[in-house]
Parts: sequence; C-alpha cells; structure tokens
Amino acid sequence: MNVNQTAAWITHYNQHLQDQKDYLTSLDRKIGDGDHGINMARGFAEAAKAVEAETFETSADVLKKAAMTVMSKVGGASGPLYGTALLKMSMAAKGKNVEGDVFAEMFEAAIDGIKQRGKAETGEKTMLDVWVPVLEEVKSSGFDAAIVEETAQKAMEATKDLTATKGRASYLKERSKGHLDPGAVSSYYLFVSLAEALKEEG
Amino acid sequence: MKKLINDPNLVITEMLDGFVAAHSSSVKRVENTTVVARKNAPVSGKVGIVSGGGSGHEPAHAGYVGEGMLDAAVSGEVFTSPTPDQVFEAIKAVDSGKGVLLVIKNYTGDVMNFEMAAELAEAEGIQVDQVVVNDDVAVEDSSFTTGRRGVAGTVFVHKLAGAMAETGASLEEVKQTAEKVVQHVRTMGVALSPCIMPSSGEESFELGDKEIEMGIGIHGEPGIEKKPLVSADEITDEMVERILPELELNGNDEVAVMVNGMGATPEMELYIVNRKVHELLAEKSVTVSHTFVGEYMTSLEMAGCSITVLKVDDQLKELLDAPSQAPAFRI
Repeated sequence: MNVNQTAAWITHYNQHLQDQKDYLTSLDRKIGDGDHGINMARGFAEAAKAVEAETFETSADVLKKAAMTVMSKVGGASGPLYGTALLKMSMAAKGKNVEGDVFAEMFEAAIDGIKQRGKAETGEKTMLDVWVPVLEEVKSSGFDAAIVEETAQKAMEATKDLTATKGRASYLKERSKGHLDPGAVSSYYLFVSLAEALKEEG
Repeated sequence: MKKLINDPNLVITEMLDGFVAAHSSSVKRVENTTVVARKNAPVSGKVGIVSGGGSGHEPAHAGYVGEGMLDAAVSGEVFTSPTPDQVFEAIKAVDSGKGVLLVIKNYTGDVMNFEMAAELAEAEGIQVDQVVVNDDVAVEDSSFTTGRRGVAGTVFVHKLAGAMAETGASLEEVKQTAEKVVQHVRTMGVALSPCIMPSSGEESFELGDKEIEMGIGIHGEPGIEKKPLVSADEITDEMVERILPELELNGNDEVAVMVNGMGATPEMELYIVNRKVHELLAEKSVTVSHTFVGEYMTSLEMAGCSITVLKVDDQLKELLDAPSQAPAFRI
C-alpha cells in the first residue's frame, strides 16, 4: 500500500460513512443512543479533508494525520477508539513497506489499542468482533484484500447474535440481541474501503 | 419536529455564546474551544474542578460553573462526549498549580475522552485526578456491563466537591469528598416521551401513547423496561423502592432529595412526585435535610423525571449549605 492508496483508504472510508450515515445512526438508535453515523461522518469528513490538503511522505504519516483529526473531531466513544486504532496502525507501519505481514502487525497493534482504551475483549458485541476475525484470517492465510473484506462482512453480520456487555448497548443486556453492532458495521466499511483503495493504481 | 434553532451544526457554539452573554460577569468562554470557565480562572490556591459531557443536559454542565462549584465545564456535541483536546484546554485553563479533579459521568465515551485528556495533562506536568460518578440504580453494576451510568447525582458531586475545593483542601481531600458523594448517591429515572436529536430530527426511542420507559439514562437511550402508564404515586413508589435498599437507610438517617425534570415536565408534576417521595421517606422515618426540585440534568425535550437520594452526614450537609454562585445552583 503506497502513500496515495493510504490516503484513498481514508477518503473512501469517509465516502462510505457519508453514504451510510443514516443507516449507522438507525442501527445505533436501536441499541445505543442514535448518533454513531452522525459522529463518524462529521469526524471523518474532517479527516478526509486534512489528508487531502497535504502531501505526505509515508503511509504512516497519512494514518497519523487521520488519527489526530479523528481524536479531536469525533468525540463520544468512537473518537478515542477509531483514533487509537489509526494511531496504532500508523506506529506499526512506521519505516516499513506496508504489505503482507505488515498489515497483520498493524491490525494487531490497532486491536491492542482498542482493547486497552475500551477495556473490552472479543465476544462483547463491539468493533473488536470484526477486527479480531480479520486479524486471525490475515495471520493464518496471509493478506488478501478481497478475503479481508469478506471476513469482515461475515464477522459484522455475526454480531447480530451477540449480547452486548460493553458500551451503551450493554444496558439493554438481552435486548441487544438481534441487532447488528453499529461499531462493527462501521469497522466493516473500513475494511471495504481498504480493499477499494488497494485496487487503485496510486 | 419543531425546534427553535438556526442550524443543527451550530447548536453548541450558539448556545455557549448565549450562555456566556447571560452570565458574563462570572464566566468566560476559553477561546476557540467549547470550554466555559470561571472568569477569574485559574483561582490561585484552589484545586480546579472540571466536568462536562455531551450537550443536551442543560443546565448541566456550564450552569454549574461558578464560585462554590465547577471551575470549568466542557461541552461536547449533543449527547456526545467532548474530545480529549477540549478537556485538556479546560484543565489548562483552571490549573493553579494545586491540581485538577475531573468529574466524569460513567459512560464509555466520557471515561475514554477524559482519561486521554488526563494523560495529555500529566505529560505537561499538571497534577490530575478523577472521580467517576455512577449513581443510576436502573443499570446492573456487574462485570458483564459497562457499569452504572452517571446521571443527576453528578450535580451533588459538583456541589460538594466544589464546596470542599473552596476551603483550600488538597486534591486528595477534594477527591475523597467526591468519592464519598458517589458512594452515597443513587438515582432512578423514568421517561414519558423520548427526546429528539437536533441533528437527525428523529425520536430517540419509540414509546406508545400510554407507555412509560423505566430506568432511562440521560442520553435518549432506551431504559430497562417499557410499562403501561400508571399514576404518579405508583411510578414514584417503584422508583424510590429501587433506590432506598441501595443506601441501607435506618430510622435516624438523613438524606438530600433531588427531583429532576428531564426537560419537558411541568414543575407541577415534579412537585407531585416530590410530595410522594417525602411521604415514602417519612414512612421509613428518614429525615430529609435538603430538597431540590427543578431541571438539573435534562435530556433535551424528554418528558419524565429522575429521583436522586443522597445520604448525608454533618460534613455533607455543611458542604451542601456552603454558598454557590453557579447560575444553575445558587445557594
């Protein structure tokens, strides 16, 4: 993944969030407080703008810029979590050619950051339930963008059957079952955007 | 849905401009932030107290900035925690060198953003500590949930920690007072109608004409149970019955009571609820030392109320009686 593709990752992701803003918000209204789409769309619009406004040397620089913007513009729980994920990926990518195993290192760093910041583990109906299956797939079969997207989709759909024990959805306990986790869905779009960006020439 | 706004994207900044215009003799806006601070911040020789959270809870939190309560309040988007950089600005604005206490409501986003801000402040050598308020008895407090939410009881933490800080107490002492309040305060809420987010224009949850939602939080999230609407006395009875066992009250105990409107409840109804709360406490021979009825921690235009009971001792009573110049809590 070259520097232009990394920037495209962020801008594609922003496009998905703008398109799916109402959908994400409607998911969040069922088991959260109904603002996930709004907050993510607001923050990543700023991140995409910031990434487009500058020329960067490396993929790590792009991710760092996106991370800092997200942390200061999103708020709520999504801001620290996505900001941390991007920042940790930036640190893992620093000084490296972002390809093959480096993706696994980046995803693992992001997951560690999300776990620590959110005090969460897998199986709690959160974004981790998409990130962790993706990492496991990349670790066992190597990095393939199309398969990453497919794995993310299946994992996202599987959050429907989970009971939330973290975040605001946890207050609903059993009532959270039968609904997709909004953070898992927004994470799925991140991996869709990654696959799209990698198809571009850069 | 009708709302008296100009642009959904500008509601926070326009509200804060109006707030500062109304109270310009005592508060200021920290430039280019959503922070409202005391005009004379930082107050030398005093621990700074910073709170905040999403907007939509007015008069919380800016209404509690003033001598005797908070030094600064940080406003996020509607029902969305403020970002770490904003909280950090508030910490810097109020630190007099004696340290800063963060009063955080126990919501995942608030805790994360305030903790990140605390890390930024510590990196700059500012002494920061925090207390997390979790007074909502509707939510089970176990390792299988995020824990109880912080709701209207937070106002008592602001008041009592604020009064303690005015005495010149150390950061540790102010924190101890705040922790003591957290241990002894419990709240339960009910909604008669949901609220409507300015950004989406949609109702936060669905509620039938004859239904109520028990155990709501303050962010328009659904509560724990939908029930048919019954009388004020029956609803109050159920709420108080959820609160009292938690405080293990005895005949000689004293409490402070807060009946808080969620935004669209007439005072008439709040006083009807308060009447029953006093009746129930009298039956248990519990003395009410202070009563607060009004809007303290709202959810936009949600109809409903919350009942907060704080078990008090001589120290807490004295701190409750201490003067406060905060626009929304003058004593």
